[in-house]
Amino acid sequence: MKFPVRTPAALVGTGVLALLAGLAACASDAEAPRPVAATEGAPSDAPFAAVARVLRHPRCLNCHPSGDAPRVGDDRRPHEMNVARGPDGHGVPAMRCASCHLPENQDLARVPGAPNWHLAPRSMGWEGLDDHGLAEALKDEARNGGRTMAEVLHHMEQDPLVLWGWDPGAGREAIPVPHAEFVAALRTWIDGGAVSPPPGTTSTFEEAR
Amino acid sequence: MRIEFTLNGEARAVEVAGTTPLLWVLRESLELSGTKFGCGRALCGACTVHVDGTAVRACSYPVRYVAGKQVRTIEGLERDAVGRAVVGAWIDLDVVQCGWCQPGQCMAAAALLSADASPDDATIDGAMSGNLCRCGTYPRIRAAIHRAAATLRGEDGR
Repeated sequence: MKFPVRTPAALVGTGVLALLAGLAACASDAEAPRPVAATEGAPSDAPFAAVARVLRHPRCLNCHPSGDAPRVGDDRRPHEMNVARGPDGHGVPAMRCASCHLPENQDLARVPGAPNWHLAPRSMGWEGLDDHGLAEALKDEARNGGRTMAEVLHHMEQDPLVLWGWDPGAGREAIPVPHAEFVAALRTWIDGGAVSPPPGTTSTFEEAR
Repeated sequence: MRIEFTLNGEARAVEVAGTTPLLWVLRESLELSGTKFGCGRALCGACTVHVDGTAVRACSYPVRYVAGKQVRTIEGLERDAVGRAVVGAWIDLDVVQCGWCQPGQCMAAAALLSADASPDDATIDGAMSGNLCRCGTYPRIRAAIHRAAATLRGEDGR
């Protein structure tokens, strides 16, 4: 939950500390803040919103489905040809991801590509998660491929498949914030304790525009 | 650039731009016209060939990616038992109508059977869903894959 924030004009000027003490006393009388779990709270909300917007962009979400089929395009339509996850996330026999997707974009054919093109494991399905759920999914080593937060950061910062989101080739929108800005937001969130935002918020670029 | 690879078991070399689609090299430079052009965008599967055993779409596959690799086309499909079973089943069940997509269908079927010797209908449909047939021979394709699988298991008396 978010702590109630009060900003009386009297705060500006002298006696700030005394006023803060008084306000705290008033607040505890009127609306006692409930205990906040270690993984919940306000301090990292803003940085994580910036992270969540990127993770929810089609360039990321299309290959982080919660089901067994990827989506494609900025409109996130089902992948043509009934493409399926397969047992290893690389497709099914005769319909492997690598049957069409090479280590680089093929702009003439408009086939996107990056090294090791594949679906994220089912445990990393992000569809349908709010920001709270996304944050929990990133932190949960049982679901995130056994990554520490440092390794999550490294994945987001270095993995060519992630970087492809900023160079997606013809006909696809690149993630509309600089990669460095995204990584900085992620680092800020992690350094601040990787606190999950409260449930119920779904941050998107559409909402932010 | 000079690109060397193995094509249907034979060493080959071509001098082309590395970005040239493999399909063009096969059909124009090496005059193997069995592999067909369909869509040019990896959407229809007519151009399916194998690169190191993986079914790929030759129309959108820059030839530089096959350097040093094993390429197999419909002309070389019958070099192994799986390929012979596929071609035999295709003939036995008279799968082909117009025929344009069928080299790609056969190559996809061989890739499937190399990975799964006894595919069920759902597995066949999943594996073959990237190979379109405008004549609608899908039921015969599915039946032929079952027939080829039975042949490979020695269950059809061959």
